Amino acid sequence: MAAWKGLTTNVLSHEPAIYENSFPVEGGTYENAGHVSSQIKALLKGMKISKEVVRRAALVTYESEINICSYARSGKIVLQVTPEHVTIEAIDEGQGIVDIELAMQEGYSTATDRIREMGFGAGMGLCNIKNFSDFFRITSEIGKGTHLKMVIRIDKDFDGI
Amino acid sequence: MHLEDIVKALNLRVVSGEEGLAAEVLGGYVGDLLSDVMANSKEGDLWITRQTHQNIVAVASLKDHAGIILIQGCNPAADTMDKARKEGVPIMVTDMPGFEAIGKVYNMIATKKGPDPST
Repeated sequence: MAAWKGLTTNVLSHEPAIYENSFPVEGGTYENAGHVSSQIKALLKGMKISKEVVRRAALVTYESEINICSYARSGKIVLQVTPEHVTIEAIDEGQGIVDIELAMQEGYSTATDRIREMGFGAGMGLCNIKNFSDFFRITSEIGKGTHLKMVIRIDKDFDGI
Repeated sequence: MHLEDIVKALNLRVVSGEEGLAAEVLGGYVGDLLSDVMANSKEGDLWITRQTHQNIVAVASLKDHAGIILIQGCNPAADTMDKARKEGVPIMVTDMPGFEAIGKVYNMIATKKGPDPST
């Protein structure tokens, strides 16, 4: 089951990456939440990518990290940078999402009270991710895990082919 | 408007990131929902919240906030302070309730271009 945004062609392209790296994310704890986002932000800044793209990439990475911390046993964030775009994938091993359409609704959340007390779980995370990416795909399998793929354009003319 | 001017005027207690007090405050944002703050706050904002756990440091740092004000005398957790010191994020504490703190900060930022000519 997949939900797509803004995709008319096979987007999530296959041109050779100029940079690729994978960062592990620990599930079940917020102790290091934001650590991967900080690293990715610093990396992209170092690549002289525009502030706006860095800001959006940091945000979608942060929200993905929080989701892994909140709902998964473990996971990873995969960063790929080409001259045209930044691609961020969040892949986790966890409970998966029962109803993706519902999960994508602003305000809907399955967060526990503990998560909410910390100011997470307001049902905004996936919406933020979608709103701040140019292309977004989510797939999930119950009991197995969830896979998010976000693409942010560097080159404004990049049309996803 | 520099952060240290606001700290002095409102008598805020600085608990971390003293080295960042010279930073310029460009605006403000208020919120306890981290996703809301992530999505809507801006670089140079002074973030006012009552969340005290360590994840506020990551949010402020990722969004390049000027600093964080904790209201109602809420002290940051020990690991929040550690993280904030490491990342150089200024955290200030005030005993004022949110409404009052926000109003005062807003007035300071809104009038930074000089006194209202009508008064």
